[in-house]
Amino acid sequence: MIKLDDTDLLIMRATQAGLPLTPQPYQHIAEQLGLTTEVVMSRMTAMQAQGIIRRIGAIPNHYKLGYQFNGMTVWNVPDENIDELGQKVGQLDFVSHCYHRPRHLPDWPYNLFAMVHGKTQADVDSQIQQISDLLGHANRACEVLYSTKILKKTGFRSRS
Amino acid sequence: MLKPLHKHLLNDFQRDFPLCSRPYQDIAHQLGVSEEDVLLALTELNNNNFISRIGLIIPPNQLGVSTLVAMAIPEYDLESVAVKISAYSEVNHNYEREHTFNLWFVAVANNTEHLQAVLEHIEQDTGYKTMSVPLLDDFFIDLGFQLDLQNA
Repeated sequence: MIKLDDTDLLIMRATQAGLPLTPQPYQHIAEQLGLTTEVVMSRMTAMQAQGIIRRIGAIPNHYKLGYQFNGMTVWNVPDENIDELGQKVGQLDFVSHCYHRPRHLPDWPYNLFAMVHGKTQADVDSQIQQISDLLGHANRACEVLYSTKILKKTGFRSRS
Repeated sequence: MLKPLHKHLLNDFQRDFPLCSRPYQDIAHQLGVSEEDVLLALTELNNNNFISRIGLIIPPNQLGVSTLVAMAIPEYDLESVAVKISAYSEVNHNYEREHTFNLWFVAVANNTEHLQAVLEHIEQDTGYKTMSVPLLDDFFIDLGFQLDLQNA
């Protein structure tokens, strides 16, 4: 984890709810924090270059835009193949997140998680089939977990 | 409902948002419209919840330590346990899913010790075990998400 100083953290917290929709958003943030606009922009540029900020942009609400079927697909693949297989699955255009996570045997034998999004159940079924085909024999077991309720969604909140 | 400008903003500006003093003007130049048009369109998208925000995407574990946690809660207790978990400030996403493991949440803390303490507290508080599945590796190349907006 790269060390961030207090100024970086201030900026991260202030931008958590999003950039203001005003003509000079970075100046707006700077004024809120008692910093200069230059400092805000240069810190954000630096954090982006270091990968602390992955990207800045419009964050679409998939659900509202018709992508109402969102499934957390989980797979059990051999550990020795997970890097190679994970990369392949991660590149599929309907996969928004693809992670290697630990198993918890015997109840939870899955080590590969891939979030998929589709407009219809049929789309998602087809996406799951595509992942399954891609994994081939390496796919020892899989499940899909659909969310039924979003109970909380607040994004990052750092601890002060 | 969505005009071409809305669709451009949704699909083409999920990344590389300009880091300059007037970013919306920069976008307006790229799209051949006015700064006011861009601000209005984004405000419309935001007010109608088509976008959640113009925001920063931060990879997991950049700021503090986080983990994904699953719990298996009997139906009769699900609502009360869910409410208890959502109340923790360290919990920032809490979803109900159709599975034996029916409660899934993301917990974030400053360090591993604190995170562990939160999970132990949750177990004591609710009376149910937590199953932590932290991120070991991230295979995703985040290019944003191309949306098919033909019928939007």
